[in-house]
Amino acid sequence: MSTPHSGPAPARTTMRTPLGRVRGLGAAKSGTEHFFTQRLTGAANLLLSIAFIIIVISVAGQSYAAARATLGHPLVAVIILLTLLSVTTHMRIGMQVVIEDYVHTEGLKVLLIVANTFFSIAVALAGAFAVLKISLGG
Amino acid sequence: MADSPQRIDRPLSPHLQIYRPLFTMMMSIVHRITGVGLYFGMAILVWWLLAAATSPSAYATFAAVAGSPIGLLVLFGFTWALLHHALGGIRHFIWDFIHGFGPERVLLAKATLAGSVVLTVVVWIIGLALKG
Repeated sequence: MSTPHSGPAPARTTMRTPLGRVRGLGAAKSGTEHFFTQRLTGAANLLLSIAFIIIVISVAGQSYAAARATLGHPLVAVIILLTLLSVTTHMRIGMQVVIEDYVHTEGLKVLLIVANTFFSIAVALAGAFAVLKISLGG
Repeated sequence: MADSPQRIDRPLSPHLQIYRPLFTMMMSIVHRITGVGLYFGMAILVWWLLAAATSPSAYATFAAVAGSPIGLLVLFGFTWALLHHALGGIRHFIWDFIHGFGPERVLLAKATLAGSVVLTVVVWIIGLALKG
């Protein structure tokens, strides 16, 4: 294809459009996003979990005011927000795989996948709201 | 066939109950179980953060439940599940780079299990030592 007009057109061996071949996704319309995102968030979770365990140990047993002061510290708050983002993304994909593996009734499967999304986003938003409220005051 | 008179009960592919339990297989199942446990355990984390954001009494309620024997047991289990799932995840990364499929796979699985238990105890010893 580097010299397009130098000879007869190459025989089409596929019915796929050039754009479809570039995207390389086929009839499923999606490919490796879940696989790759699960690895990406898994790696992030490894690092964030270490920081998170340290945060929990330091807050454990603290008074209400001291716990709020720790959780509201910008560095701590940002680490918890990142953890919530990465973990909820990871757990949503993971639970969807579990549902798809074990639930074979189409309606129930779709219902559970929707519930999975609701729960994951609710965890992310509720946790983030709490951290922001503590951190920004109020 | 579209015109088959009745549905034929074809043999299904072999599933878990067909196989003799193997250590690596059990570790794979535990990886999934810990993942599901952590999924629902995230509700505890959100409760903790929301309680801290709400009021001293809400936080006291959470602290009382978390500090109760059952609460501590659940948190200990959560810690182990997190570390087991994390080390299992590292094993998945090793596999992703096309390593760890040889005889060493059993050693890797044993290291994951032993590491998760040891790290859980270490984390709790550090936590309890710092907090008395």
